[in-house]
Amino acid sequence: MSARSIHWFWYASPQTFYPLAGAIGRLAAPAAAVLALVGLYIGLFVAPTDAQQGEAYRIIFIHVPAAWMSMFLYVVMAFWAAIGLAFNTRLSAMMARALAPTGALFTFIALWTGSLWGKPTWGTYWVWDARLTSELILLFLYLGFMALQASIDDTRRADRAGALLAIVGVVNVPIIYYSVQWWNTLHQGASVSLKSGSSMAPIMLWGMLVMALAFWMYSIAVAMARVRCIIRERGEA
Amino acid sequence: MKPRHKRLAAIAIGVAALGIVVALVLRAFNENLVFFFTPSQVVAHEAPEGRTFRIGGMVEKGSVKRQADGVTVQFTVTDTAKTLPVSYRGPLPDLFREGKGVVAQGKLGPDGVFRASEVLAKHDENYMPPEAAEAVKKAQQTAEKTSRTLAK
Repeated sequence: MSARSIHWFWYASPQTFYPLAGAIGRLAAPAAAVLALVGLYIGLFVAPTDAQQGEAYRIIFIHVPAAWMSMFLYVVMAFWAAIGLAFNTRLSAMMARALAPTGALFTFIALWTGSLWGKPTWGTYWVWDARLTSELILLFLYLGFMALQASIDDTRRADRAGALLAIVGVVNVPIIYYSVQWWNTLHQGASVSLKSGSSMAPIMLWGMLVMALAFWMYSIAVAMARVRCIIRERGEA
Repeated sequence: MKPRHKRLAAIAIGVAALGIVVALVLRAFNENLVFFFTPSQVVAHEAPEGRTFRIGGMVEKGSVKRQADGVTVQFTVTDTAKTLPVSYRGPLPDLFREGKGVVAQGKLGPDGVFRASEVLAKHDENYMPPEAAEAVKKAQQTAEKTSRTLAK
């Protein structure tokens, strides 16, 4: 290998990544706290009442960012799992493992807040429509990934088995996202999309985007802390 | 090809193959994944007859009638092409409104009236302050008036 390619992969080694992960975490954690405060302030005090749903819609500032993160983190986790499986890089498998609990947490939050939102607006906590069901499957994928890895003692085999499950499960993510377009669902369509823009008042959208950024920073901070623990556990620090 | 490139290719092909399989399965089960049928589908006998199913659409404006007993409600669900009369006994969700989305579960009676056992409100993905909603409503009314006078 040339000197350049070694430089490129410098942080691919757990030993060199360990201090970098610490530095990233130290930046991301306060950023998450500040953004969450700003986002909640916009969401709870600045954003106006909704014409249709009144105050009940305000749960959107938690629900939508959590649902976005639940899908996004799964793709990132599957990406690292696939890289780890293909290139046998130790750090990639550790990253996948570090992301799973946070992804599961956001999936649970999305389902839970959605349920609390559904009762006053739709009239029910839960229905088996395509959007809700596929999001529930996502939760089971995360839990399955964690359970599978925890059940195998040999870390290399555990990483490989988990990676396979993570990669197979990635087909569920586009199903969740497009479920409201492909099928008749009780869940409404997307309010924000890259193609057609937003169908929300701008200040509501801003609150949601700031909260999404806060959740993103939180995910980075806890994933970095967790990956540092895993590096230490495996005696590679 | 190095072994690691082979593994990467195998993973890529595996995901692609799995994606195709899932897409085909979902296509095959398409009908069962539908949460509700539209009035047009019911009129075209595409909905399961004699079995419980859900219908969805808009509550037609001016169609909601409460019976004398105070708990039975009758309204018409429309998808703008076809309409379906619905009768329901029980409490309605807060967001149940004329001109808004609704999903009802029940059976189609022999008289063509859908007897609902559960009514859910389906709200849209638009969020705006009440003043903005009022402005939109006014603009629509003016547009309607203009087009009506133009038609004359």
